[in-house]
Amino acid sequence: MVSELLKLTGHLAILLLIPPIFLGIIAKTKAFFAGRKGPPLLQVYYDLFKLFCKGGVDSRSASFMIRLAPGIVLSTLLMAGLLLPLLYEAPIHFRGDLILFAYLLALGRFFTILAALDVGSSFEGMGASREAAFSAFSELAFFMALVTLAVMTQSTSLSHIFQWGNTHPTFHPAVVLLFISFFLILLTENSRMPIDDPNTHLELTMIHEVMILDYSGPDLGLILYGATLKLFLFMALTASLLWPPTGLFGFQEIGYLLAKVAGIAVVIGVVESVKSRLRLSKIPQLLVANLVITTLALLITVLGGPI
Amino acid sequence: MDLFFISLCLLILSALLSFLSRKGTRHWGCGGVFAGSAIGLVFSVQALVQNLTLTKSFGILLPSLSLTFGIDALSAFFLVAIFGLSLLTSLYAWGYLENQDLLLPSLPFFPLLVASMAAVVTAQDGFLFLICWEMMSLTSFFLVVTEHKLREVRHAGWIYLVATHLATTFLIVFFVLLYKKTGSFLFDDWALLISIPPFLSGLLFFLALVGFGTKAGIFPFHVWLPHAHPAAPSYISALMSGVMIKTGIYGLLRALTFLGLPPLWWGGCLVGIGILSAVFGVLYALVQHDVKRLLAYHSVENIGIIMTGIGLGLIGIAEGNAMITLLGLGGGLLHVWNHAIFKGLLFMGAGSVLHVTHTRMIEQLGGLLKKMPVTGVTFLMGAVAICGLPPLNGFISEFLIYSGLFRGAQSLSGLSLFLVVIGIVGIAFAGGLALACFTKVFGVVFLGEPRSCQKEKIHEVPLTMQIPLIVLSLLCLLGGIFPQFVWSSIARVLEVISPLPKAVLGHGDGVLGLLHPVVYACLIFLGLGIVVGLLGRLLYRGRTIRHAVTWDCGYAQPSPRMQYTASSFAQPIAVFFRVLFRPHLQFQKPGGIFPGPSSFAVQIADFAERIFFQPLFSQCDRIFGFIRKIQKGRVQNYLALIFMTLIVLLLWEVWFGI
Repeated sequence: MVSELLKLTGHLAILLLIPPIFLGIIAKTKAFFAGRKGPPLLQVYYDLFKLFCKGGVDSRSASFMIRLAPGIVLSTLLMAGLLLPLLYEAPIHFRGDLILFAYLLALGRFFTILAALDVGSSFEGMGASREAAFSAFSELAFFMALVTLAVMTQSTSLSHIFQWGNTHPTFHPAVVLLFISFFLILLTENSRMPIDDPNTHLELTMIHEVMILDYSGPDLGLILYGATLKLFLFMALTASLLWPPTGLFGFQEIGYLLAKVAGIAVVIGVVESVKSRLRLSKIPQLLVANLVITTLALLITVLGGPI
Repeated sequence: MDLFFISLCLLILSALLSFLSRKGTRHWGCGGVFAGSAIGLVFSVQALVQNLTLTKSFGILLPSLSLTFGIDALSAFFLVAIFGLSLLTSLYAWGYLENQDLLLPSLPFFPLLVASMAAVVTAQDGFLFLICWEMMSLTSFFLVVTEHKLREVRHAGWIYLVATHLATTFLIVFFVLLYKKTGSFLFDDWALLISIPPFLSGLLFFLALVGFGTKAGIFPFHVWLPHAHPAAPSYISALMSGVMIKTGIYGLLRALTFLGLPPLWWGGCLVGIGILSAVFGVLYALVQHDVKRLLAYHSVENIGIIMTGIGLGLIGIAEGNAMITLLGLGGGLLHVWNHAIFKGLLFMGAGSVLHVTHTRMIEQLGGLLKKMPVTGVTFLMGAVAICGLPPLNGFISEFLIYSGLFRGAQSLSGLSLFLVVIGIVGIAFAGGLALACFTKVFGVVFLGEPRSCQKEKIHEVPLTMQIPLIVLSLLCLLGGIFPQFVWSSIARVLEVISPLPKAVLGHGDGVLGLLHPVVYACLIFLGLGIVVGLLGRLLYRGRTIRHAVTWDCGYAQPSPRMQYTASSFAQPIAVFFRVLFRPHLQFQKPGGIFPGPSSFAVQIADFAERIFFQPLFSQCDRIFGFIRKIQKGRVQNYLALIFMTLIVLLLWEVWFGI
């Protein structure tokens, strides 16, 4: 009982404290490629602290939706975090929890889009429209990947799926394809290059950043923290495909988790440094191509016999 | 059973009184439906909970025919939905029809529609079933053409009438074939049929699928829905979309009890049609600007999800996998109730918006949430539920269907595996598009600033129109966090439908084992949401909140016209699927030094209408053109033709004895 409580606290502590650092790692990597020094590693923490200490500026057009959304979005992400195994099995796990995982993310997206439409700005509407369209296309590959995982491991619980023990087939083609596909989903869901440019300064070309233009103060802080949490969850999920959680609980395992997620963060930084943003009309094609990758993984899993 | 007949009599009586009464049409009509539905609801809930199986026969003077009503778990399940939604609809209609003299003349058909729907699901012989089915089609037709002075309403009514009668033709053939096989019209006798040759049972399945599927609105027979639902008054749209199209699902399930063990292709067929309906329904919904037409297309989507569930259940039976059957059929049935709840809610919400603003065009609306908070919040609940998002009821039924599909993907192989994978990806894609669609509707109608200058004062609707919305949105929440209580009723319905032995149905506990954790997780999520929300508010304590104009790149005076429109919102997806939509553009560019007026209009015709029905009907028109020559408008000619037809049929019967 005590150890269960300890594990829950550990899991929550990781979810609450660690995610912002990875944005710093991505920024450092990009700065390295650009030959700059870059912001400090802990810059996002400073930003969060600053935002939480501020007051707010509200749009006169907005209703209560813009107030409601950050809380809902953050709680969907925290809940999704509770379903995801990080070091061992997740605090909440049951058969079919991967469906809840996917739908919680969808719920968060629903309210992000509504909050963007709440202020009646054409730019935010633009971002909302793109988010809605691209995430619908991204859903195709995401669910196909979930099916593949479910068939591969004969389980529909994320905790059980990533419990490989010593039998993990690291470089099995299906696993590698799934890794690629999840990496693309990660880039889409978190609005990274080449889908969206998080650093752009032109409202017309943004997706995620433009949806939160009218947020300020603590609400913006919640959204910023939510974004880092979402990025962390997807990085942990993607990394777990090739390097599954060990199933043990200790400082060594936490270090292992941080190392592999940091590895993914560096890869994202590299991708963002060497790739330019795709034209918006090309993005659905990329996402449908991702569906093809996952379908291939499924075929390998089904026809290739047991792993 | 007495309570049921009392309720039917009350409904018919109220139709008569509201027809005869000069001043009290609204009182008699709505009050009668309210009383009749309340009594009927008590009876049907009792029947469902106690698992009553009753029949009552009325002899009539025709040979070998009687009128048999009866109730079992399957009937009671649909009856609860029909009476429950009718009860709330009557309350809503009470407020909706106040001072709406143009909508009153069709009101007497409202109790008749409720009565005929109730009779359809309790009819226990084919003859009575068809009579009630026709009653239902005709009363709903008269309700659809309430505003018959508008041309598009007459057009919609005409399409509905043709579609429903073509479908009934298939049903008549279905019932006559079964009558020929057994020599009886009683459902009980048909259920005892053991061996039907595969060809005949396949044919019967096809007939039932087309006949009942048209009423349910499956692709490609859905074409009447997007015409008829917007044309009808909103309370009727809610009733038609919420429960009337479900009688098609009821019919199909009832038909399956006659046809013996389903082969694999039936399930495959249903899953295929289900996914096509789901994806096409939501794609077309996304490009609509008329909120009721959009909701009508969403009915196609949800019928598709229900069909996928039923199809999965049939695949489970064919493959001998009980758990898949339970999850598929159970999820499909649960979605029947859930869809009745949230679609009723959404149509009534749309009706309230129409009632206040006098427009269904979402491009002209905006910012209603501040002026109509109750309608807005309940509509939001409905929108979250219809997208299948946790923690509301839509998620639970989709969760069951997904669980069945995932289980199928893990245990099946070959064609079945292919089908379930298509099912998962299809429902997921439809879910993603539904999210885009409902964020569009809610965002454009209720958020932002009013788009066209609304001259009338916008105010919240009267209390009688708010109560049904509140009740239904609470039901959405309850269905999401307490679905276990419904499952026991669904398990009883499954015993009626599924030809599996009872021992296999014992797996019902397994389904509860799946439901419990997800419900607890939803509850934890609700708690988490409240805590995080409160903490978020706490951060603002003692801080100043300033109000300013929306950020528009430094532009200091943004006007409502600069908001993103619904068409622009849907544009990325519409462009991706332009091959499918084939939009018809009318673009008048501004030109010259002093540009004149410019305009841009897009029209999107339904794929099924364009590719399937238009060619079909124009060919029919060509081939059967010669029949028009005998149509001279003289009654004597028609009587002679009828007489000749009867003689021919008599001779045929004597010689061939079909």
